Amino acid sequence: MTKNCHNDYKMKFPLDEEYPDLSLHNNHMSKVLTKDIYTKLRGKSTPSGFTLDDCIQTGVDNPGHPFIMTVGCVAGDEESYEVFKELFDPVISDRHGGYKPTDKHLTDLNWENLKGGDDLDPNYVLSSRVRTGRSIKGFTLPPHNSRGERRAVEKLSIEALNSLAGEFKGKYYPLKDMTDKEQEQLIADHFLFDKPVSPLLLAAGMARDWPDARGIWHNDNKTFLVWVNEEDHLRVISMQKGGNMKEVFKRFCTGLQMIEEVFKKHNHGFMWNEHLGFILTCPSNLGTGLRGGVHVKLPKLSTHPKFEEILTRLRLQKRGTGGVDTASVGGVFDISNADRLGSSEVQQVQLVVDGVKLMVEMEKKLEKNESIDGMIPAQK
Amino acid sequence: MAGRFARVLSGNRRVGILSLIGAGSLTVGFFLNREQNVNAGANVRRIYPASAEYPDLRKHNNCMASHLTPALYSKLCDKATPNGYTLDEAIQTGVDNPGHPFIKTVGMVAGDEESYEVFADLYNPVIKERHNGYDPCTMKHPTDLDASKIKGGLFDENYVLSSRVRTGRSIRGLSLPPACTRAERREVERVVIDALGGLKEDLAGKYYSLSQMTEQEQQQLIDDHFLFDKPVSPLLTCAGMARDWPDARGIWHNNEKTFLVWVNEEDHTRVISMEKGGNMKRVFERFCRGLQEVERLIQEKGWEFMWNEHLGYILTCPSNLGTGLRAGVHVSLPHLSKDPRFSKILDNLRLQKRGTGGVDTAAVGSTFDISNLDRLGQSEVQLVQTVIDGVNYLVECEKKLEKGQDIKIPDPISQFK
Repeated sequence: MTKNCHNDYKMKFPLDEEYPDLSLHNNHMSKVLTKDIYTKLRGKSTPSGFTLDDCIQTGVDNPGHPFIMTVGCVAGDEESYEVFKELFDPVISDRHGGYKPTDKHLTDLNWENLKGGDDLDPNYVLSSRVRTGRSIKGFTLPPHNSRGERRAVEKLSIEALNSLAGEFKGKYYPLKDMTDKEQEQLIADHFLFDKPVSPLLLAAGMARDWPDARGIWHNDNKTFLVWVNEEDHLRVISMQKGGNMKEVFKRFCTGLQMIEEVFKKHNHGFMWNEHLGFILTCPSNLGTGLRGGVHVKLPKLSTHPKFEEILTRLRLQKRGTGGVDTASVGGVFDISNADRLGSSEVQQVQLVVDGVKLMVEMEKKLEKNESIDGMIPAQK
Repeated sequence: MAGRFARVLSGNRRVGILSLIGAGSLTVGFFLNREQNVNAGANVRRIYPASAEYPDLRKHNNCMASHLTPALYSKLCDKATPNGYTLDEAIQTGVDNPGHPFIKTVGMVAGDEESYEVFADLYNPVIKERHNGYDPCTMKHPTDLDASKIKGGLFDENYVLSSRVRTGRSIRGLSLPPACTRAERREVERVVIDALGGLKEDLAGKYYSLSQMTEQEQQQLIDDHFLFDKPVSPLLTCAGMARDWPDARGIWHNNEKTFLVWVNEEDHTRVISMEKGGNMKRVFERFCRGLQEVERLIQEKGWEFMWNEHLGYILTCPSNLGTGLRAGVHVSLPHLSKDPRFSKILDNLRLQKRGTGGVDTAAVGSTFDISNLDRLGQSEVQLVQTVIDGVNYLVECEKKLEKGQDIKIPDPISQFK
């Protein structure tokens, strides 16, 4: 797919005629984009042919919500973040707490650096999970890739994953050729992902050619799972029931590093740089791309007037048990790190471990009708 | 000012010229280059051979999938129209929407007028299949908007509740909804509103921009069943037709609410003439008069509709080529619709039934939307006559069945006249 000659054609129209109408919009892109930036960038394209209009289409088509600030732009390849930096830098700054173009991002996948995390109370913490994304260098990203590229990513990924052994030994299930039985099992395990329905993703072109070259790999133990060609080239998930986040994180780091070795052998390592960390499709996932979280029972704490403030101070966020944009069921919340960029994997998981431990203690205190005022943490 | 049509030909390279005229107005003129345009081949990013890019169509049931062989894909995948529209873009909707075992969709769209030329090797067999054997290579499409030729056309209003004729028109020189830029879409809106503003008397009316309408206007348009929404059908969204919604989209209708134009929905324009009751003759007369008046008005400014003698009026979806015309009625047929011969009668009359909500809806009670099956290869007058004659026949059958008399399946009428 290319937009090169189409973009040349588009350049003949005056700026004012091409500039999108963002008057009703509320997303990071719409807050950042100006006619000056548009003028400067509209004639450019990345080497693979991705243009500014391609980046922002999802944000133009999805004006947003007064309460929820979406990003409103995506990258089509690694170079997008550089070629369109006048757009992405301020978006990244807004989304990631003032992160500057000169800042450096620390990557730390050394699980041994995590303190504690193996003793979260399983009476409260029902499950623990860490996920991230990875992009394969040399290929364009889901908004832009052609069928040939997507298939090549799949092929490389299967090879990398099939080379894993021990606790990581597993199997790949391509979405296209799954048997009914396999499909039912994957649904029962809560592993199966569907064709995206969110207009945020559809408008960015990420569902093209579905289900071609999409699939799910998981180890035999069902504790390490990789999604291929969904929102990113790879989404890597380590999970298990109970509160042993340390074990989950150990498996996460070990598995990731093993996979990376195989890709590097083929001269297709992961996309990474020292400013933005791991490069992913959505700017919100830059840095670690990591969401480490638990499903935890907090029926009392969640109704406490200071709940939101506690979360903010702990640098955590809550979601319903169905994931993003869902509601909590029965007082059980998904609690995870809010940050992605500017702190390392170890630091982010540490915040989750320490924060959840504290909140469980608060919950226990509230059960006994005791006050938690003395436990409210300072801003981390 | 009058449009400039100019041709710049140099070897095998792109054809076309853009001229900027006047304050804020853009006139674009193109001539169709009969040569295949391998436009700026270096710009089509091909790291992988065609075989690695060929879509997996094994589970697909649409016209594109039936005709796109790996060899044909290989032949066409590096080509682009002068504006840069590619084969992959044209077929994306068909790749993303495998189709239904019973309903065969087209599975591809056009991004501009030149698409039908550059990718003719794929469009032509698709067109032939969809239009029941019409061969664009050898046949010519007749255009006839002379409503005075219609015979009859006043239905029995005890049965026919409403009458409607719709078509689409594209403005030559501007890309179609799957590919148009925001500037082009806004230009379409400007050109069309300007022309509609020149309509007079029973056709005089007003434009309601989707992005600027008041709540009151919106409610009124909903009550009148005029308002169209952002497309939700994946057939349309996968083809890129909902981009930038609701920018430059709107609805125009005359004060009498019998002539309606949709701007920048599935096509540049959709033109609808309608009224309650059974006076199809008057509906079609107004339809033709309105269309011809709009055409005259855009020609005054140097624009014209996309049309050629093989494909008739050029529209986004190959299914709407030719006349782009759907003439139909809402008709109550409680007895006939339960008769097992109903479908066969419709087939032979070259009519199709839909529910009263339009395409892909079910009938409510026993009121059906009955309209012409064909679009290409017969003229507007011929198709409307077919509907008139056919609906009269259906109503006669209904009356006969009411009285306990038997009905006959009519002989099939010939398709290409």
